Amino acid sequence: MAKIYKTGVLLAGLLTAGMSSAALAGGPVDEKLVIDDELEIITRTAAPEGHPLDEVISGWHYRTEETRALEADSFQNPGMLYVERGEEIWNTVEGDAGKSCASCHGDGEEFLKGIGANYPKWNADANKPFNLELQVDQCREENMQAKPYKFDAADQKALVTYIKHQSIGMPVEIDLSQGEMQEWWKKGEETYYTRTGQLNLACATCHEDYNGNYIRADHLSQGNVNGFPTYRLKQSAMVSLHNRFRGCIRDTRAEFPAAFSDELMALEVYVTWRGTGLSVETPAVRQ
Amino acid sequence: MTKGLKIIFAAASFALAGSAFAETLAPDDVEIVDMEVTASLTGKPGDATIGRETFADRKKGNCLACHVNADLSDQLFHGEVGPPLDGVGDRWTAQELRAIVIDSKEVFGEQTIMPGFYTMNVGINVAEKHKGQTILSAQDVEDVVAYLTTLSE
Repeated sequence: MAKIYKTGVLLAGLLTAGMSSAALAGGPVDEKLVIDDELEIITRTAAPEGHPLDEVISGWHYRTEETRALEADSFQNPGMLYVERGEEIWNTVEGDAGKSCASCHGDGEEFLKGIGANYPKWNADANKPFNLELQVDQCREENMQAKPYKFDAADQKALVTYIKHQSIGMPVEIDLSQGEMQEWWKKGEETYYTRTGQLNLACATCHEDYNGNYIRADHLSQGNVNGFPTYRLKQSAMVSLHNRFRGCIRDTRAEFPAAFSDELMALEVYVTWRGTGLSVETPAVRQ
Repeated sequence: MTKGLKIIFAAASFALAGSAFAETLAPDDVEIVDMEVTASLTGKPGDATIGRETFADRKKGNCLACHVNADLSDQLFHGEVGPPLDGVGDRWTAQELRAIVIDSKEVFGEQTIMPGFYTMNVGINVAEKHKGQTILSAQDVEDVVAYLTTLSE
């Protein structure tokens, strides 16, 4: 359906004076993302088995030329400041145990390679999947005797951005064979297809059925999460995945679940799986 | 019938409608039959000029979020997830347009992305401030329908 309309819309656009051509571009762009002319990023790949779409495509393809260029140049990418700040935090002692992350894990660039690409991950002690934020908080409480971060604290975003960035270019792959990951995946899938709010929209309504189309000035992507935390120009800040989940749900005029609630953790497991094989892009740059 | 008579007749039938359906129909009492809602929800005709504003208002219809409409080409960024509405008044009757605006799922099926603007058949966990409310009021619906019927090619 969407594809058929697009041609019509394009024609209407050409015939309509005063219409913005930007709003009528449509579809993912046919370009390659190479960061600093050396790091090739997998932004399109065959979907994993059982995926409703044939190909998974990074949100990078749905952004404007200017936004795409920002991500391709790490000196221009505003998210890189958070990576730098995150590295400082990694090496800073905090809490009653007198430790930093580095006290136990050593050099971040070595230790963290590949870790962010495989989260969320089953945590047997907590009996639930952990994302990087929950993992960091557990470490802070148990090993550093420091307080857990408040949701979306500047340092939480910077540290998670730094951790995830150490996997940049590596394909996202989560292990669904551990613990009860399958059940959480299933629960997340259910949430993905459940319509919420007065506007009666599910994640799938926009990101599965209409990706590549515009809702007003917003070019709908597949909603893959391989670039989170992501630098959003609209907010001029790093935006965490659970912040974006909540924003999207709020936009359907629904109450949104708490960050890191079971519901949103299940959704993170499911949506991360949907982007299997895409490179980690953190810090991605989006609209 | 002469033009003058027609106007008198029209005025008389509006007055009649006004007295017969003085009460606004609640969302749950609206019946969509054969993709149509035959009578005005308020018993009053819609105002196309107000409807044009309601259509464009991001806090009300926000119809441009999903539809291209050349009549509002002075506004930037028309969405494309729904069909263009140029000439929509030629393709659908007022009764059909009313049904679509009220609850498009009753016309196009459950899978449509289009929200129902005057229905309680909505998603789960509706935000507190929107609970029990419809997106548009009954008169808003009538105004938008009146506006849509003017979109002719």
